[in-house]
Amino acid sequence: MAAAQRRSTTSKRQGVRKEGVELPGTVPYLDWRWDDLIFLLLAGVMLGSALLVVLGRDIIRSALWLILSFAALAGIYGLLGSAFLAISQVLTYVGAIAVLILFAVMITQSKRGTAKLVFNRQWWVGALAAIVLVLLMALSIMLTEWDVTSEVQVAEAREVALTIYQDYMFAFLALGVLLLAGVVGGLYLAKRDDDMPETNSPMRARRDGEEGA
Amino acid sequence: MSHSLEAYLILAVLLFGIGTFGFLAKRNAIAMLMSIELMLNSVNLAIIAFGAFTPELAAQASSIALFVIAVAAGEATVGLALVIAIYRNRRTPLVDEYASMKE
Repeated sequence: MAAAQRRSTTSKRQGVRKEGVELPGTVPYLDWRWDDLIFLLLAGVMLGSALLVVLGRDIIRSALWLILSFAALAGIYGLLGSAFLAISQVLTYVGAIAVLILFAVMITQSKRGTAKLVFNRQWWVGALAAIVLVLLMALSIMLTEWDVTSEVQVAEAREVALTIYQDYMFAFLALGVLLLAGVVGGLYLAKRDDDMPETNSPMRARRDGEEGA
Repeated sequence: MSHSLEAYLILAVLLFGIGTFGFLAKRNAIAMLMSIELMLNSVNLAIIAFGAFTPELAAQASSIALFVIAVAAGEATVGLALVIAIYRNRRTPLVDEYASMKE
């Protein structure tokens, strides 16, 4: 109720709307609905950039295409009516995880340049498994009668917050502990051991010692 | 098309398939982690699609997807730290050269 009042006052404050700009109900020349067009565009961008992530040779370009794929997925979340999740997708994936992945790519980049072979020797088994998986799941989706509405239900951020802080409070707190454990574990794993120099790694030292003996 | 659950589910399945192929076929460990992120994103898309087309589940689906995002962030942190730690020892990010356990 309060939100509706606020919305009406803001629309009054904006005063006279621009009357001339009026979108037609469907896309011109194609006779599609606008959200169908947006859905197709976002889906195409997302699937295309995901394919480029997987098939590309350069790992840095793969990471950059991955960012585009995340951003397109955020747009699809917005199309599905959950704007809050779209925002957190942009913040978390496009912001944080992409930087983390790029950082790891920069660290593990070898001086020899990109590897000659991007895929391993069993790549065709992987392709076969992925295709069979996709076909099975698509078949089961198509053969199921979904008892759902045909209109998109908008998930308000207020309801999402109430759900998290009332129904899923324990899961939320456990998630905080999990993230803390993840940060501590990541720091511990990536920590450089100061007592052994970088070029003389323990694995190599042990191997050299065995060869010497 | 954008108002049917099947379209979003097929999209999620395609994204999951791309991620599966990348995880099974790539040699670079970081590329494998990227494929895992793609798969997690596709699962999130499926959850959100189910929530959006079921009126009483919209808020629940959003919160579950938020939890998945947070857990995926933790997974990316630990996974990339593991890759960096292995890289420090073996000087390569290619997983099929990590063959010392076979010897």
